[in-house]
Amino acid sequence: MTFVNWLKRRLVVIAGLLTLGYLLLPVVVVAVFSFNKPKGRFNYEWQEFSTDAWRDPCGVSGLCGSLSLSLQIALWATLGATVLGTMIAFALVRYRFRARGAVNSLVFLPMAMPEVVMAASLLTLFLNMGVRLGFWTILIAHVMFCLSFVVVAVKARVMSMDPRLEQAAQDLYAGPAQTFLRVTLPIAAPGIAAGALLAFALSFDDFIITNFTSGSTVTFPMFVWGSAQRGTPVQINVVGTAMFVVAVLLVLVSMTVGNRRKRQKA
Amino acid sequence: MATVTQSPPPAPAPAQAPRAKPPRKRGRRTPYLLLLPGLLWLFVFFALPVIYQASTSVQTGSLEDGYEVTWHFATYWDALSAYWPQFVRSVLYAASATVLCLVLGYPLAYLIAFRAGRWRNLIMILVIAPFFASFLIRTLAWKTILADSGPVVEILNALHVLDVTSWLGWTAGDRVLATPLAVVCGLTYNFLPFMVLPLYTSLERIDPRLHEAANDLYARPSTTFRRVTLPLSMPGVVSGTLLTFIPATGDYINADLLGSTDTRMIGNVIQTQFLRILDYPTAAALSFILMAAILFAVTVYIRKSGTEDLV
Repeated sequence: MTFVNWLKRRLVVIAGLLTLGYLLLPVVVVAVFSFNKPKGRFNYEWQEFSTDAWRDPCGVSGLCGSLSLSLQIALWATLGATVLGTMIAFALVRYRFRARGAVNSLVFLPMAMPEVVMAASLLTLFLNMGVRLGFWTILIAHVMFCLSFVVVAVKARVMSMDPRLEQAAQDLYAGPAQTFLRVTLPIAAPGIAAGALLAFALSFDDFIITNFTSGSTVTFPMFVWGSAQRGTPVQINVVGTAMFVVAVLLVLVSMTVGNRRKRQKA
Repeated sequence: MATVTQSPPPAPAPAQAPRAKPPRKRGRRTPYLLLLPGLLWLFVFFALPVIYQASTSVQTGSLEDGYEVTWHFATYWDALSAYWPQFVRSVLYAASATVLCLVLGYPLAYLIAFRAGRWRNLIMILVIAPFFASFLIRTLAWKTILADSGPVVEILNALHVLDVTSWLGWTAGDRVLATPLAVVCGLTYNFLPFMVLPLYTSLERIDPRLHEAANDLYARPSTTFRRVTLPLSMPGVVSGTLLTFIPATGDYINADLLGSTDTRMIGNVIQTQFLRILDYPTAAALSFILMAAILFAVTVYIRKSGTEDLV
C-alpha cells in the first residue's frame, strides 16, 4: 500500500522523466554509434568499438565542405534575419502607424505555414524568374523564415521594457542616438541574442526549405539526407554528437557567467 | 556545473512596467523606415511566391514548351482525387502525433515548472539541446532503435503488443519500421519540444498560491489539477498543439526515413511532384490546398479556444 501511495505521489515526476528519456534516447544512440565500426554502408547495427571516425571526422568526401557551407549560410542568415527582425520588432512596439494589423499578419503567417508550402512556393518564384538555385537562393529563403522568429523574440523583450528609462536618458540630455546605444540597445540585447540564437539553430538545421531551394548545392542536412539513401558514414554521428556537446557546454558556460554577473550586481 | 544545480532564479514577475503611451518620437517616417526592409523581404520572398504558386496551379503546358495560365481548375480536382489518401493520412498522423506530444509533454512541462527544484535548468537544457544536434541524424537513430532485430521490437513482440497493433493496422507483421507507428513515433519525437516549451511557459506563470488556496479549500490534487492548473495552462496547450500540428502535417522527412510507400504523406507527394516528376501545376495545386486547409483549421481552432492574443 505504501508503495502504491509513493508511486501515486511521484506519478508526474516519473512520467516526466520517461518523456525526457524518450527525448534523449536518440541522442544517446547517435553518440554511441559514433564509436561503431559498421560492416556495410549503413551505420544502423552495432558491430564493434572503434574511434576511427572521431580521429578522422573529415574522412568522408563532401562532409566537411557541406558543414562549412551550412555554417556560412547560418551565420549570414542569422545576421540578416536579426537586423531586419529587430527593426520590425522596434517599429511594432514603439511606434503607432497605419496597417499594423497587416504587418502583424505578414510576420505571423510564415510561422503558421508548413515549411513545405513556403519552400514550394518560393521555388515557383525562383523558377518563374529563372534564378539559378544555389548559395544565394538558400540564403534568401533562410533569412525569410528566420525573420519572424527574431521579431517574436525581440518584441517580447522590448515590450517588457520600462519606457521611463529612455525618458530619463533624454531628461539627462542624451541625444536620440546616445539614448538608443547606451540605454535601449543594452536592455534589448538579451532578446536580440535569443532571436539570433534561434535563427542560427533554425537555419543551420533546416532541411525542407533547403531541399527545395538549393539546386545541387549541398548543405550539411542535405548531405545527411543524401547519405540516408546511399549509406550513412559514421562521421555524421561524430558531427551530431559534437554539436550536441558544444551546445550544452555553451549554454552551461553562458549560464555560469550570467549567474556570476547577477551575484556581483546583488 | 555548480551554478546549474543552484536554486533557479525566481520566476520573473510579469513585467508590468507602467505602460505609458509610447514616447512620441520626432520623425513620423521612422516606423516606416524601420519596417521597410524586413517587410519588403517578407513580401517578395513569402507573399509574392504564394501568389506565384496560385497562378502556377492554374497553368497548363509542359517543361519544354513552357507554361501558360489557362485557368485550368481541373488540376485541383485531379490532384485531390488522386492524392486524397495522402491528405487524410497526413491529418491522421499529425493529429495522433499532436495528441501523443500533449500526453507525453504535459508531465514533463509540469515536472520542470513545479517539481524540478534545483534540476530545473539542467532539464531545460536537455530539452532544448537536441535542437542543436541535426534532427535528420536523430531521426535516423530511430532506425537503429526500432530495428527489426533490436531490443524494442523484441520486447514488444514478447509482450504481444505488435499483434494488437498489427490488428489495428498500425504495424505490419513483427516489424515496426516502415509502418505508420514508426512514422507517428518519429513525428512525436521531432515535435515534442515544441509542445513542452509553450506548456512550460504557461505553467510557470501560474501563481503557486492558487494551488495552496485550492488545497486549503479541501480540493483533492486531481481536482486542483482539473479546476485550477489545466484551465490556466490552456494558452500553452493551444500554442503547443499548433506548433506541433502545423509542421507535422507538412512533414515528409519522418515518412520518408521511417516509413514505406504505404505511409507517404502529402509532403512526400508535393516534394516528389516538385523535385522529381517536375509536374509543377499539380504540385502547386496540392501545396495550395494544404496551405488553405491549414490556415482554415488554425483560424477555427484559435477562435474556438478563445485565445486570440497568441501572437
